[in-house]
Amino acid sequence: MARIGNVYFLIVIFIFALSLAAPLMPLHAPEKIDLDSLREPPGLNHPFGTDHKGRDILSRVIYGAKISISVAIAASSTSCLVGSLVGLTAGYYGGRIDTVLMTIVDFILSFPALLLAIAVSVVLPPGIYTAMIALSAAGWTSFARLIRGQVLTIKELSFVEAAKAIGCSDARVLFVHIVPNCLRVGFVMIGIKMGGFIIAEATLGFLGLGVQPPASSWGAMISSSRAYILTAPWTVFFPGLMITATAFCFNLYAEKLKARYDLGAIKNSV
Amino acid sequence: MVGERATPETIESIRKEIGADKGFAAQYLGYLKLIVSGNFGRSYYSNRDVLSDIAAKLPNTIKLAFAAMAIAVPCGMTAGMIMAYRKGRLSERLFSMISIGGLSLPVFWVGLMAMLIFSLQLKLLPPSGTGGLRFLILPAFVLAVPALSSLARVAAATIEETMGLPYVRTAKAKGLVPMKIAAVHVLKNALIPIVTIIGLDFGSYLSGAVVTETIFGWDGIGRFTMEGIIMRDYPVIMGCIITCTAVFVIVNMLTDILYHYLDPRIRFHGQDR
Repeated sequence: MARIGNVYFLIVIFIFALSLAAPLMPLHAPEKIDLDSLREPPGLNHPFGTDHKGRDILSRVIYGAKISISVAIAASSTSCLVGSLVGLTAGYYGGRIDTVLMTIVDFILSFPALLLAIAVSVVLPPGIYTAMIALSAAGWTSFARLIRGQVLTIKELSFVEAAKAIGCSDARVLFVHIVPNCLRVGFVMIGIKMGGFIIAEATLGFLGLGVQPPASSWGAMISSSRAYILTAPWTVFFPGLMITATAFCFNLYAEKLKARYDLGAIKNSV
Repeated sequence: MVGERATPETIESIRKEIGADKGFAAQYLGYLKLIVSGNFGRSYYSNRDVLSDIAAKLPNTIKLAFAAMAIAVPCGMTAGMIMAYRKGRLSERLFSMISIGGLSLPVFWVGLMAMLIFSLQLKLLPPSGTGGLRFLILPAFVLAVPALSSLARVAAATIEETMGLPYVRTAKAKGLVPMKIAAVHVLKNALIPIVTIIGLDFGSYLSGAVVTETIFGWDGIGRFTMEGIIMRDYPVIMGCIITCTAVFVIVNMLTDILYHYLDPRIRFHGQDR
């Protein structure tokens, strides 16, 4: 299974590329309300059917991929950046700074992650940036722990000692000698976390806390079609299928990454 | 609070009464004092005491969480053991795919689909409401799916790791019955990470409850949170999140204490950190 992991990554790239190229494709406009074809079942004209406002679900699902995946990418990159800075500082300086920073990490971890994201997005005005910030607020801690562990090992190595001996400043040691050696772990962790971010983004969207209408995110599509589930199940089925498929591909790719980079901290994170 | 025609004096006296005339720090300190003394304030809309509402709804959520746990733990452990003991075979690959699939399913979508199939089409179970076992089955099952999957994966990984340890080889060399090795030597030693993940999953039950309870109309603290969010009823939201976090922290503390009994090698020292 590990060997074919790349295939799943390519599938996600394909879905994302498709959503970026969507304006060039012969699709119905995703936000065009068509009162003549309300809740049409899947057919030739609308392969995935239409929703309660007559909007084409196939096109909304494809356009939605752009929002859902880019929010997940943005959130995981932000988490990685913030978490890495905290982890670098804590691991490199150690002592009291380490204790304070890691106590903050423990404090954040004492919230159930999704609940924290919900709390953050309730306070901020809803929108695409809020979703991103909310997901990062809960997501950065695992990066901080991972990078801190990495730094603790690296800073004992002889090249770091050598750099210090020839009088490099702390900043130079950190960013020239230590950071490049943490990059790969950071990227691997982003890959591992993507599936979780996709689902969390969809959940926020479903609760009405993510991207606001008329833009189409997968979670929000399901939430607005909920009331019609009995008469038009396809309005709920297809967006959910897309979330599952994307998260599934990311998670399978994560399995491959976990198998290839046998890192203690990564192995134990589900 | 006072209507449109209140005089400035009335407004000022109320501001004084609720402490809004003091600085932010003082207001926050006052809020913390109230929280610690168990006063979560009143809902902006229903004017009901938030704490007593939470106290009434929390048992429902706990009931749901335990029901989900009762599904997730045995199923997850079984799947994990199958994955560990059938390594490399078709059944391992199958269960592995299924468990990754379980982790990739959004809870709210599974909930809606389960409701559509079992309640609306087959009419086997009630689609929503709070009540007895029949009302409990669907939400508990939906809540259990992600927890079950992560438990299965962690269980498989730890059991596999434990199976490679020297004392298991010794047990095999002694000619012990495989079942006895599995139960006594492997499982007992693999329990710690498994118990950790069960404890951590409790957090996912609590945040999953926000979604599941909203979909299935289960009258617990998750739906209460969601109602608060929709109405922007901040005392309710704050109260619910504080309560959930408290429950989560307590459960994790209990798990930590449980380690002590599961593995006598773990003792609590002050200078660990």
